[in-house]
Amino acid sequence: MTPSLQSDRRSFLQVLAVVGGGVMFGVHAHDAEAGEVAHGAAPFEPNAFIRISSDNRITLIAKNPEEGQGVKQSLPMIICEELDADWSQVTVEQALSDESKYGRQFAGGSLSTPMNYDNHRRLGAAARAMLVAAAAKTWNVPAAELTTARAQVSHNASGRRSTYGQLAATAATLPVPDLATVTLKDPKTFRLLGKRVPGVDNRKIVTGKPLFGIDVMVPGMLHAVFEKSPVFGAKVVSANLATIRRQPGVKHVFIVEGVGTALDGLMPGVAIVADTWYNAKTAREKLQVKWADHPTARQSTEWFAQTAKELSARPADRVVRKDGDVDAAFAAAAKVVEAEYFYPFISHATLEPQNCTAHFNDGKLEIWAPTQMPQPGRELVSKTMGIAPQDITIHLTRIGGGFGRRLKNDYMAEAAWIAREAGVPVKLVWTREDDMRHGHYRPAGFHFLKGAVDASGKLVAWKNRVVVEPYMRIGEFPGRYIANYLLETSTLTHGIPTGALRAPGSNGIAFAIQGFIDELAHAAGKDPLQFRLDLLTPAVPSVEGDAFSAERMRGVLELVREKSGWGTRTLAKGRGLGVAFHFSHRGYFAEVVEASVSARGEVKVHKAWVAGDVGSQITNLSGAENQCQGSCIDGVSAALGQEITITDGRAVQGNFDAYPLLRMARSFPVEVHFRITDNPPSGMGEPALPPVIPALCNAIFAATGKRIRSLPIGDQLG
Amino acid sequence: MPISLTVNGKPTTVDVPPEMPLLWVLRDVLNLKGTKFGCGIAQCGACTVHLAGAPVRSCGIPVSAVSGMSITTIEGLSATGSHPVQKAWEQLDVAQCGYCQAGQIMTAVALLRTKKNPTDADIDAAMQNICRCGTYNRIRDAIRLAARGAAAGATSVGAPGDDSDGEA
Repeated sequence: MTPSLQSDRRSFLQVLAVVGGGVMFGVHAHDAEAGEVAHGAAPFEPNAFIRISSDNRITLIAKNPEEGQGVKQSLPMIICEELDADWSQVTVEQALSDESKYGRQFAGGSLSTPMNYDNHRRLGAAARAMLVAAAAKTWNVPAAELTTARAQVSHNASGRRSTYGQLAATAATLPVPDLATVTLKDPKTFRLLGKRVPGVDNRKIVTGKPLFGIDVMVPGMLHAVFEKSPVFGAKVVSANLATIRRQPGVKHVFIVEGVGTALDGLMPGVAIVADTWYNAKTAREKLQVKWADHPTARQSTEWFAQTAKELSARPADRVVRKDGDVDAAFAAAAKVVEAEYFYPFISHATLEPQNCTAHFNDGKLEIWAPTQMPQPGRELVSKTMGIAPQDITIHLTRIGGGFGRRLKNDYMAEAAWIAREAGVPVKLVWTREDDMRHGHYRPAGFHFLKGAVDASGKLVAWKNRVVVEPYMRIGEFPGRYIANYLLETSTLTHGIPTGALRAPGSNGIAFAIQGFIDELAHAAGKDPLQFRLDLLTPAVPSVEGDAFSAERMRGVLELVREKSGWGTRTLAKGRGLGVAFHFSHRGYFAEVVEASVSARGEVKVHKAWVAGDVGSQITNLSGAENQCQGSCIDGVSAALGQEITITDGRAVQGNFDAYPLLRMARSFPVEVHFRITDNPPSGMGEPALPPVIPALCNAIFAATGKRIRSLPIGDQLG
Repeated sequence: MPISLTVNGKPTTVDVPPEMPLLWVLRDVLNLKGTKFGCGIAQCGACTVHLAGAPVRSCGIPVSAVSGMSITTIEGLSATGSHPVQKAWEQLDVAQCGYCQAGQIMTAVALLRTKKNPTDADIDAAMQNICRCGTYNRIRDAIRLAARGAAAGATSVGAPGDDSDGEA
């Protein structure tokens, strides 16, 4: 029997032969051409994302890395909804890194939901249709008379029912429906999606089971530390290896030359491998390394500020957008405001330090990694070590916080290299200081802003010169909403490793833009929330490459106005409300913060309100609310005190004593509301973060009259 | 140097350098991976365990300093998650990445032993652990839920699986 396979534009169902003689019926999404079909006797296992045993055990595969964003339950929940299985009886299994089976697997860009929502529905629906067809065939009744619930097919007219397990063997022999045309549920009939569903690993987390990369144990494993140059990328000239070799427990010590000059690959350093991590780290305290000179040693935080200022006075490298004539508009305006905004390098500070375990054996590598990007990790290791990608197996562990840090795979290249040199399995664990001083930091940014309002208080001109890294995207609001508009950038080239940090670009840009809009609202004598609504009216039609919808943003602004009691309640003395909005990662978020500042200048956040629009369906309401609350805490934490400063090409801060993370006593309630709109569901890991920082700074202005234009807030209010 | 400890109710002897922090003895010698390494300088609290019933940061304590003492880790609270604080954490879906939560739970259990019905100020003062994901709203709610459970007499906060180490 050959099921008909029709491919839609990206994915199709494929029936695969099982090595060893069984049969899988496969809901198997990938981009290849139609595969071979084989079948045989039961037992079988359905494959790729769904596995149903004859005793009705249902296993769903979670394809993407779990870093706390909740994707290990949310993606399988989507399959489960359409499959009509019973979530409480489902087992979720983390996939290996295998692009040929699962397609692209990564945790980044809040893309798991938009990239997989529709496809995962179809995977579940196709399996359900096959099980229904199996029951129809077995009972000789029309499929239309059958219903499904809790992993059972029922024929109400005859009272017959069968579990999915009982039907699985027959289902495996049936044609696989075309994913593109398979019938999906009416979302109004969803039983699971949109509910609050606890994390699948919760029991293991609260009982301390080994889940994370740092918990991996491999027989015969040794432990490694790796010392790199404090000036990013400098090579080793010499090191006291003989002394280190004599330290207790040390098995190997060697210099790693590094490969290439990229800051996100294998950097030069000294590896120490010992029987315990404690012994490796203790030996490292005696390590003395002479590092080669490196040009980055001439760069510092002050150098950055001075260079940015100089660049701002010169012609821009690039004009991103130009409308009307800003200079003429400034000359004719009723009021002109100028301001400089700055945000610093910050560290991801994942609570689980970077780590990786690797075993090189017989030309092949096995890797256990808390990585957000396993497939590029495999390519990096392959290139670094000259090992074919197919000889590298990557196990995905739970990730103790990602926030974008683990989009890079430097720790993976290091562990793989050290394990091959050592000839035994090795677990590399960075110290906190390694982690904080060898980050891929959120890039610092400088915005030189000028804006103007006319006599009626309308925003008529806006100029933003941004000095940032070339990779940053600056196609942001308020472009297209102001008649005279100029956005231009200057490039500042430097040697500090940078990368994506939760809501990259947006997490700094929103601070500058929404702070400056607030300044203009006050200059215009307008209510800051109404000023924003006015700015978004009338809506400008979306254009190619800019999907921003003013209607959706107005919707969340109106919602947060209502929920926060904006303009309708009397605040306690000394308190202020601030509002901000931002569109990123396909999500629309407007947020209000209520804050006060003590006589000593200490900021107290009393509460935050979040209004979000991520489309027609929240997958897991518990996870979505948790992401909003965490995003607000994260943003405020960064705004209050976080900064990585650079001195002589080195990151200064090394641990949480110098780089404060917000704790319980400074935390605050976060009230979350979603506006459900008829748009494709989008992700929740990032878009709630950017507005909270300007909302906080705008609240501080409302409370004190002091405008925060430079982050972190630190002691500026003292 | 052999050092004797009682870990989760079981007498144990380890032969390690006396300066080795308790954290690494637990993780790499006794293979109790629930207690986490976060900072190594007693700042973040991911390594919190109970020493004679009180919460301590095990990354900063040399194992020789706790010779002969009783230590409880997250694994010793209850193997099945039946402790009321663990149940509250699970029920309210507190965790995001989950890395800090063993330390948070150990700190919360100790708080609820000394304050059966903690105020917000008590919670602020006791809960000094860092949660990088920012789950503080739910941690606070879970502590209240566990306290209410205990107050209602449904379960004893200090109890299940816990008394064998002499803490409760």
